[in-house]
Amino acid sequence: MSASLKLSELTVGASAIVREYPKTGSAFVRLREMGLLTGTRITLIRTAPMGDPLEIKVRGYNLTLRKSEAEHVLVELVA
Amino acid sequence: MALPSHISANPAGPSSSRTPVYALVGNPNCGKSTLFNALTGLKQKVGNYPGVTVEKKVGTAYSQHGQPITVIDLPGAYSLAARSPDEAVTRDVLLGRRADTAQPDRILCIIDATNLERNLYLVHQILDLGRPVILVVNMMDLAAASGVTVRINRLEQELGIPVIACEAVNGKGLIELKVAMSRPDLPLARHAWDIPAAIAPAVAELQASLVANDRKAPFIARAEALLLLTDQDSVRVSGSTPLHARTEEILRAWQKRWEGEGTDWAGTLVNSRYDAIGRIAADTILQTGTSAGPTISDKIDSVVTHPVWGWATLGAVMTLLFLSIFTLAEYPMNLIDAQMAALGDWVKNAMAPGDLRDLITSGAIGGVGGGIIFLPQILILFFFIGLLESTGYMARAAFIMDRLMSRVGLNGKSFIPLLSSYACAIPGIMATRTIEDQKDRLVTILVAPLMSCSARLPVYLLMIAALVPGDRVPVATKVGIMVLMYALGTLGAFGFAWLFKRTLLKGAPPLMIMELPPYRLPRVKDVALHMLERAWIFLRRAGTVILGISIVLWFLSAYPKATEGATEQQQLAQSFAGRAGHALEPVIKPLGFDWQIGIGLITSFAAREVFVSTMGVVFNAEAKDDDTTPLRQAMAAAKWPDGRPLFTPLVCITLMVFYVFAMQCISTIAVVKRETNGWKWPLFQIAYMTGTAWLVCFIVFQTGTALGF
Repeated sequence: MSASLKLSELTVGASAIVREYPKTGSAFVRLREMGLLTGTRITLIRTAPMGDPLEIKVRGYNLTLRKSEAEHVLVELVA
Repeated sequence: MALPSHISANPAGPSSSRTPVYALVGNPNCGKSTLFNALTGLKQKVGNYPGVTVEKKVGTAYSQHGQPITVIDLPGAYSLAARSPDEAVTRDVLLGRRADTAQPDRILCIIDATNLERNLYLVHQILDLGRPVILVVNMMDLAAASGVTVRINRLEQELGIPVIACEAVNGKGLIELKVAMSRPDLPLARHAWDIPAAIAPAVAELQASLVANDRKAPFIARAEALLLLTDQDSVRVSGSTPLHARTEEILRAWQKRWEGEGTDWAGTLVNSRYDAIGRIAADTILQTGTSAGPTISDKIDSVVTHPVWGWATLGAVMTLLFLSIFTLAEYPMNLIDAQMAALGDWVKNAMAPGDLRDLITSGAIGGVGGGIIFLPQILILFFFIGLLESTGYMARAAFIMDRLMSRVGLNGKSFIPLLSSYACAIPGIMATRTIEDQKDRLVTILVAPLMSCSARLPVYLLMIAALVPGDRVPVATKVGIMVLMYALGTLGAFGFAWLFKRTLLKGAPPLMIMELPPYRLPRVKDVALHMLERAWIFLRRAGTVILGISIVLWFLSAYPKATEGATEQQQLAQSFAGRAGHALEPVIKPLGFDWQIGIGLITSFAAREVFVSTMGVVFNAEAKDDDTTPLRQAMAAAKWPDGRPLFTPLVCITLMVFYVFAMQCISTIAVVKRETNGWKWPLFQIAYMTGTAWLVCFIVFQTGTALGF
């Protein structure tokens, strides 16, 4: 099992599996509703020109979120 | 908890004499508007839900047999656990919580075939409601192109409701949909999913309370109980019925208990829905081909959101937008101006001289003309906004600008409305509807008129002309002053946004959890409809306010009547406006303004550019054919009673600064009133903007005087 890191620390193009993130808070409930669940595979597509927000691919579509949220999302790199 | 399958839903059947009411729901970007337009054509009515600034769209579709079917187009939502007023309205209408909108008989749910899983999340919540649902799977062609086939029959079997494959953009599947919509009986969904054991007792208890205390039907009560568990913030909008205290109590008790136990109640619920969706998707999605490398959208995005090319693209798009507004809008604006003048002349000739004639020509025609002069800009801007939205670029612009906007506490979505306000604050304010967060939207509305709009140009130009007379002064100085004024307005807008977000409209930092939809070709029909709808709303809602204030302002400058034979100049000087100018002098004297300028400030409350024509009357030097030379000379000659020149360079600068900040536009006030649903915010806006204008002008003039200018 590879070490977990924050979603905000992924390099562009890297794929990872979501491990865990806070249970409460409207942003995190909404992220779950948008399909970002424990075990979901995501890919960091790019960051905006100024480095924030991030764009990830999840369940076949592209989603943006700010670094401030991504910092709380623990993921695990996949090859 | 499984629902009995294939129950004919009789109360909802259109067999009864009344028109069945369908609610159209779906995620943003799934083609909902296109479907709504295709179903209802021009038979649409746009209004507001009372008490909320969410648009209510109702249209009439006709069945194959010509029977009318009412369709309510509910705002796009990702989930019924609302995070914005838009989503809250969708939730409340579907749950029958709104007194102003009856619970729809049936639900038309549209999903995007290229993005089935996330779209099915909302469907899954909606099936809980126990209402007859028709599922429309849109964008089948795009899904096929990306190597995905959605097996409609399997989906139909799986859910037990009619499922229609559709391509809303070219009308495919529309006939089948209308046939399904006119069916007298629709089966209820075979919607079996197990509520996770950890939260089931809570759902049961909440459901019981909702039935007993809130008088909800059992299905709705269960659906609402489930929603309460993910609806943590409980976005409440006015017009929605609040929950019974007992229900709230039960909810809080359970949340407290779960918090203690470490139960992730919301997560558990979302997980179990996605598990159910996963099973459905596995059975219905057929991966017919693998997408070969990056999609076209990916390729476009690698340029459009590129650290260098992204800015270049944004700059190019915005430049194009402004050039179009300034160049294209000019002709129709001149035309409207000329037509209104001609109409005024016609009335002048047709009617006997008198107060009524003046009221019609100066008050009514002038006022209406002053309002519809903005139409070309509104139309062009909304044409562009429609294009940007329907192609998907709007989301990219928000993505690029988010970091910058977040510095003042806003998010990327405020960028386009604020930028548009450089052309005209009216369409800019109307464009704030894309901002979900109510406080962010309000902040954007409040600061938008600080962006120097095109109506300030005539004032700036006149003041610069008076300030640096002759052609000796290098053009660079004039341009420099102009740029300074624009910079000052922009700085003010962002400064106040920052301030309001920290004080008056304090809220959580706005989310930027947003979908970047694939690029799509725009549909001319949808864009045109959107544009015309905005224009119509402006005319209908803002028109009366503009007309009313224009007449008041006309009255102020026309009464009391001067003695026979008085010139226009004398008439204005002794009118209410003139007297008000005198009364105002002590207040504006510290800014270097006298009562004559005061009159200009009062009359230009209607619209900033009116200042120029008022100065023409005040100094008896009407500008002819856009040539302000006589007026400039008259202004240069104007003096204080003690002989000091009135329009010193410092006064000209101060006056420009005043127009940068002051809220001098009744059309904007009218639009803000409509967009914020009342007089509270427009009045606040007048107060803070004009107050700031006074303060900044005071500092500028007093500092300038002290420095010997």
